[in-house]
Amino acid sequence: MSILAIDTSNETLGVAIHDGAKTIAAYIANSKTKHSKRLMPVINQLMQDANMTPQDLTRIVVAKGPGSYTGVRIGLSTAKMMAWTLQIPVIGISSLETLALHAITQPELICPFFDARRGLVYTGLYQRRDAHQAKLIKDEQNVLMEDWLYELRELNQSILFLSPDLALYRDLIQSILGEKAIFPMEPFHHPSPALLAVAGSERAEDPVHQLTPNYLRLVEAEAKWLAKQKEHSNE
Amino acid sequence: MKIDQYILAIETSCDETAAAVIRNGQDVVANVVASQIESHKRFGGVVPEIASRHHVEQITIVVEETLTKANMTVSDMDGIAVTEGPGLVGALLVGVNAAKALAFAHQKPLIGVHHIAGHIYANRIEKEFSFPLLALVVSGGHTELVLMHEHGSFEIIGETRDDAAGEAYDKVARTLDLPYPGGPQIDQLAQSGEDNLNFPRAWLEDGSFDFSFSGLKSAVINTLHNAQQRNETLKNEDVAASFQASVIEVLTEKTYQAAKQYDVKQVVLAGGVAANKGLRHHLTQKFADESIELSIPPLWLCTDNAAMIGAAGSIAFDQGHRAGWDLNANPGLDLEKYSERSK
Ligand SMILES: [Zn+2]
Repeated sequence: MSILAIDTSNETLGVAIHDGAKTIAAYIANSKTKHSKRLMPVINQLMQDANMTPQDLTRIVVAKGPGSYTGVRIGLSTAKMMAWTLQIPVIGISSLETLALHAITQPELICPFFDARRGLVYTGLYQRRDAHQAKLIKDEQNVLMEDWLYELRELNQSILFLSPDLALYRDLIQSILGEKAIFPMEPFHHPSPALLAVAGSERAEDPVHQLTPNYLRLVEAEAKWLAKQKEHSNE
Repeated sequence: MKIDQYILAIETSCDETAAAVIRNGQDVVANVVASQIESHKRFGGVVPEIASRHHVEQITIVVEETLTKANMTVSDMDGIAVTEGPGLVGALLVGVNAAKALAFAHQKPLIGVHHIAGHIYANRIEKEFSFPLLALVVSGGHTELVLMHEHGSFEIIGETRDDAAGEAYDKVARTLDLPYPGGPQIDQLAQSGEDNLNFPRAWLEDGSFDFSFSGLKSAVINTLHNAQQRNETLKNEDVAASFQASVIEVLTEKTYQAAKQYDVKQVVLAGGVAANKGLRHHLTQKFADESIELSIPPLWLCTDNAAMIGAAGSIAFDQGHRAGWDLNANPGLDLEKYSERSK
């Protein structure tokens, strides 16, 4: 088995090659910009390091968002087209789930999130299922962080927070959840492409043409249009 | 015997997801365009984020359909060409990354193509070029006169100083409350109207091949406004005919003067507005008695498509252009800078 994992959905550009038993090569850069320019050179480099050709690949796993709309599409366009043309399975995995895997060994609830501007975040609540799977406790959503934190406080349980944007919300989380909030050390807040590869290693494949980003949010123009349609039908 | 050259081309710069296979730069083996026009109609114009979302949903489907129609595989291709710019950045990114994935997976040469070079080369699918050649490029984002001395070389000798012609069409159409896309609607109305409103012609300074359409656009809006104040109604047909007459007269005359001054052998029409019946008709009349050859592409080659990107990409391929794996979308790609690559 030779898995190529790609994550361009948020700040991290992550690529890994995994043979099913171990990580052969991996790359992470946390600099947000130029994912489109840098992704293929990184894939090329890792394939060379692993002494592989594209034809050796047996599976492609891609982080499908939520995150930067553009970033998500860079990863998906690449992963879908490569999988389609090499005739190998493609698997899309939520970017939040990928991040949650960092805390998979912990018994606490896991809250991964990405900043979505104006106080909003993309988030969901996860918990360890087994050694390599997280299960979703509260659905992924695009929500005001403050509302979300009050909802989490109701659970009255310890929660691990994971996010590359933690600095933006750390004080707010602390002020609402106090001792119940746990913050792992810095490197755990960046999604790992190696974990993404493992998460996708045994999952059922997505039909390549139907694999679409996990945006968690409508385009503003479309949301307005739908609201208007609804208004009209209520008249 | 020369071996045939095959290019697989991808175009996603605006609201059409398109792919094509081109043989020897001139034969269209397969050409598929998935239009999003129905989706954008709701909003009265292209919403960039929605266009990008459609592209990522369509891209593998469109490429698969293209290769199925061509009865070929990516391995049969000599290179993969893709629109690198200009265009909507989010839309371009889908095509660029998809093209890189195809090229990388099969270790094929990758060629970045300028969208306007594509529009110009759409004409070569119908007929071989004779140089020097003058192209009149008119679309929603462009109004340019481009001089070509040889393949792959583009010199802009005139361009719009404000709105593109297509943009002016869209704005006037919106003022008249015509449904999107407005350009073809105005063209249609103009056929039955009269040029009786005396809209201005923007000739600019003597000898300039530049264009300006913002003054005309304002004149149309003011005329409609004034009529409304006086409780008069103008016939939409006449407004459309008068507006279109001004645009076409300037485009046609400047193209003619430039063709004479640069002593060109061929004039080609390119871009989305090349589908305009009035413009096609007037250019044809103007050049009817000239020894200069006039090429007007069939309608399916005027709107955005990937066949034209393959046609331009084929020449770029022959001239040795190769993009690296770091090829990026370039929404502001300059035609003359792109032209430098062929030297
Ligand atoms: Zn175009």
